[in-house]
Amino acid sequence: MAMFHRLAARLSPISQRRLTVFRHNRRAYVSLWIFGILFLLSLCAELIANDKPLIMTYQDQWYAPVLIDYPETEFGGFLPTPTDYHDPVIRERLASEGWALWPPIPYSYQTLDMELGRPSPSPPDSRHWLGTDDQGRDVLARVIYGFRLSVIFALVLTIGSLVMGVVIGGIQGYFGGKIDLIGQRLTEIWSGLPVLFLLIILASLVEPNLWWLLGIMLLFSWLGIVDVVRAEFLRARNLEYVRAAKALGLPSRLIMWRHVLPNAMVATMTFIPFLFTGAITTLTALDFLGFGLPPGSPSLGELVAQGKSNLQAPWLGITAFLSLSIMLSLLVFIGEGLRDAFDPRHIQATNTSPTTNHSQRVTHAS
Amino acid sequence: MHPDALLRLEEFSVRFDGISVVDRLSLEIRRGETLALVGESGSGKSVSALGAMNLLPPNADIVGGRWLEDVDLSHLPAKAWYGIRGSRVGFVFQEPMTSLNPLHTVSKQIGESLRLHQGLGGQAARKRARELLEQVQLPRPDELLDAWPHQLSGGQRQRVMIAMAIANEPDLLIADEPTTALDVTVQQEILALLAELRDDQGMGMLFITHDLNLVRRHADRVCVMQQGRVEETGTVTEVFTSPSSEYTHTLLAAEPSGNPTPLDDAKTLLRTQQLSVSFSRPKRLFSRRPPPFIAVQPLTMTVAKGETLGIVGESGSGKTTLAQALLRLVPSQGEINFDGQRLDRLTGNALRRQRSRFQVVFQDPYGSLSPRLPVSSIISEGLRFHFPELDDREVERRVVATLQEVGLPTDCAARYPHEFSGGQRQRIAVARAIILEPELIVLDEPTSALDRTVQKHLVELLRELQARRGLSYLFISHDLSVVRAMAHRVIVLKDGSIVEEGGCERVLNAPRHPYTKRLINAARPVHLA
Repeated sequence: MAMFHRLAARLSPISQRRLTVFRHNRRAYVSLWIFGILFLLSLCAELIANDKPLIMTYQDQWYAPVLIDYPETEFGGFLPTPTDYHDPVIRERLASEGWALWPPIPYSYQTLDMELGRPSPSPPDSRHWLGTDDQGRDVLARVIYGFRLSVIFALVLTIGSLVMGVVIGGIQGYFGGKIDLIGQRLTEIWSGLPVLFLLIILASLVEPNLWWLLGIMLLFSWLGIVDVVRAEFLRARNLEYVRAAKALGLPSRLIMWRHVLPNAMVATMTFIPFLFTGAITTLTALDFLGFGLPPGSPSLGELVAQGKSNLQAPWLGITAFLSLSIMLSLLVFIGEGLRDAFDPRHIQATNTSPTTNHSQRVTHAS
Repeated sequence: MHPDALLRLEEFSVRFDGISVVDRLSLEIRRGETLALVGESGSGKSVSALGAMNLLPPNADIVGGRWLEDVDLSHLPAKAWYGIRGSRVGFVFQEPMTSLNPLHTVSKQIGESLRLHQGLGGQAARKRARELLEQVQLPRPDELLDAWPHQLSGGQRQRVMIAMAIANEPDLLIADEPTTALDVTVQQEILALLAELRDDQGMGMLFITHDLNLVRRHADRVCVMQQGRVEETGTVTEVFTSPSSEYTHTLLAAEPSGNPTPLDDAKTLLRTQQLSVSFSRPKRLFSRRPPPFIAVQPLTMTVAKGETLGIVGESGSGKTTLAQALLRLVPSQGEINFDGQRLDRLTGNALRRQRSRFQVVFQDPYGSLSPRLPVSSIISEGLRFHFPELDDREVERRVVATLQEVGLPTDCAARYPHEFSGGQRQRIAVARAIILEPELIVLDEPTSALDRTVQKHLVELLRELQARRGLSYLFISHDLSVVRAMAHRVIVLKDGSIVEEGGCERVLNAPRHPYTKRLINAARPVHLA
């Protein structure tokens, strides 16, 4: 916490006030912490849910199967393929000639549990805390990996569309005139393209993977940001301090970067959390329809689809519902908090009234 | 207590979240008189008036007695206030641009208050609104009834505001800086109108202003405030001829004084030839493009080294546009010759490199500094771009030296603009300009947003810098007393063209053009006998 305070002290007064407003919003603040912890945990998904031991000894030698793929021949198998540590033969050998430290969930998102005593999908028990899906894969492991994949997808998509939107919107707004006119018409035409159909067509042409999806989504998701950024730049380019910077002889890119962008980012920042939730929802929807990530990937949308086709196994649907709704609610709460923190009226209300500011200003007048 | 007292405040105090803004104010306004509440910005003038009428936000804590004739205002239920505000007390605010609803026509704005307080509707309200427009001496009242606020000039809007304020024949009129946003000639007309209406209807008037000149002309009694406290109360003659308080003395002496250091024959730094600026007007569908709007007519002028050229004119006369054309911030036609170089032919990087030689200080001290950068980066920004060879220590040394030169404490380099007062911000803007060691600085109304006492100091600083560095100034202002203190020569602009030109003393003392005469008359302080 001490570091946090030191960091806060280095921020500009406006940012400091925003930080205070955000921290006073308990719901948003707690949501941010919960979401941050969940995301950090999911980043270490390989250490939490994996079908390989974290660390082990075999014949007095140390192995770290999480990091390195050992061929099965290493442990007395016959084939030089990567070791299946769930194989009864291998397990027996490991148990007799060493020991292994397993992750808390000894299944990865694509591990098929061959020793499941009953038909899959199997209900939750001590072996699979949230049960298995219709292919005998551990649901909890898939949720953890799926959460990570969704968040990373949304993160990259948000950052990417932010960069594209700010650059394109900034150029249109700052230069105005013909550039703005032509740019606006082009973005309007571009936004008329049907994204969903493009994705469906793509799914039949290539094997869609994460990067294909990201690329296609990125081509369209910046459109929402352009309007906001363009409006802010249009407004800011006539402000006196921007004119003063022009009169100083600064080149346009420096003016845009140092003077206009910081002020335009306020409006854009409030947009980000909703872009984020939008990205997660889109990915889930595509997976649900089957046009998304390749089969076998840990995806929440696929879990929803399984829940729909296996109504006799309610743990699938309930898990998908809960994990999605908790994640999206947390993000919306954070987004609300951010929006309030960046709202100038809110800052004024928590601070003193404008009239008193006025009198304070005069007391240290020159 | 005077038998005619209309509004009476006794030991009236306002606090915001524990901070005292108005401290034990006592005053009374009688029928048929104008009481002026004078003070610099932040002295609590407006807060007092708004507080007396219960118009402050809920975090204001108001104590003390207030009476409107025999009505005790301090314990009035919310409902009863509706019968007082707008009916017995009328308001005229400062900003005519924002105090009218842009989506309502004039007749609707005025009619609203007629309907609420007198129950007038339809044709009756329209008829009364027309009468009121006549009363405030607006030309063509029939047309103006259906005009939208954006079709009116600032003075006309203020007249509409006054019509709304007097619509219900109030006993008391509160005019909060009613003319600050207007040109000097319009100011005089509006204040004369207010005085006439006051006499006609036997109103009392509370006139809030920072402009002592206006007080001298238009008020009967005056109450001087400083930081929430009353410094002095008395008749205008008393206060202006023999002020009893120290503060009133400084206020009265705050008129910018002195003259610029006289100039020997110096060589020409800037010369324009047939410089003009025009803006094309939007083309309507299926019609020809209308002729462009000419903001600056072709004009020829010169500025010598070390000279201050004052540019005077009312709003809309093209002063600022001319300055921006000279700075190459708006496109223009014609020749701009700066120290033997054709500025109008330079573009791109070549122009940017030259920009360090001519700098600008803008009018609004709150808008011209980027709120997100500390003062040191604001000042050093141009330096770092134009002289990339300087290392950090050298840049810092120059920033500190420049801060000292403009009279700011050196420890303010790390602070942000919002921590400074208007006068200090304007000094920061000056520092940003002079650190590049320019030869010409365009000063676009640098003092008009500042209090008189602060203006005086800034003018002194600018003159000092000019003497020390041999700077040339292009000084744009509508305030003739500041121009007198700054300029060697003056040009008077009207509708984009020069109507008069000459030495500052000559133009201001013996104007030839009727427009200049009118301008000077309106601004001339009236000396009491």
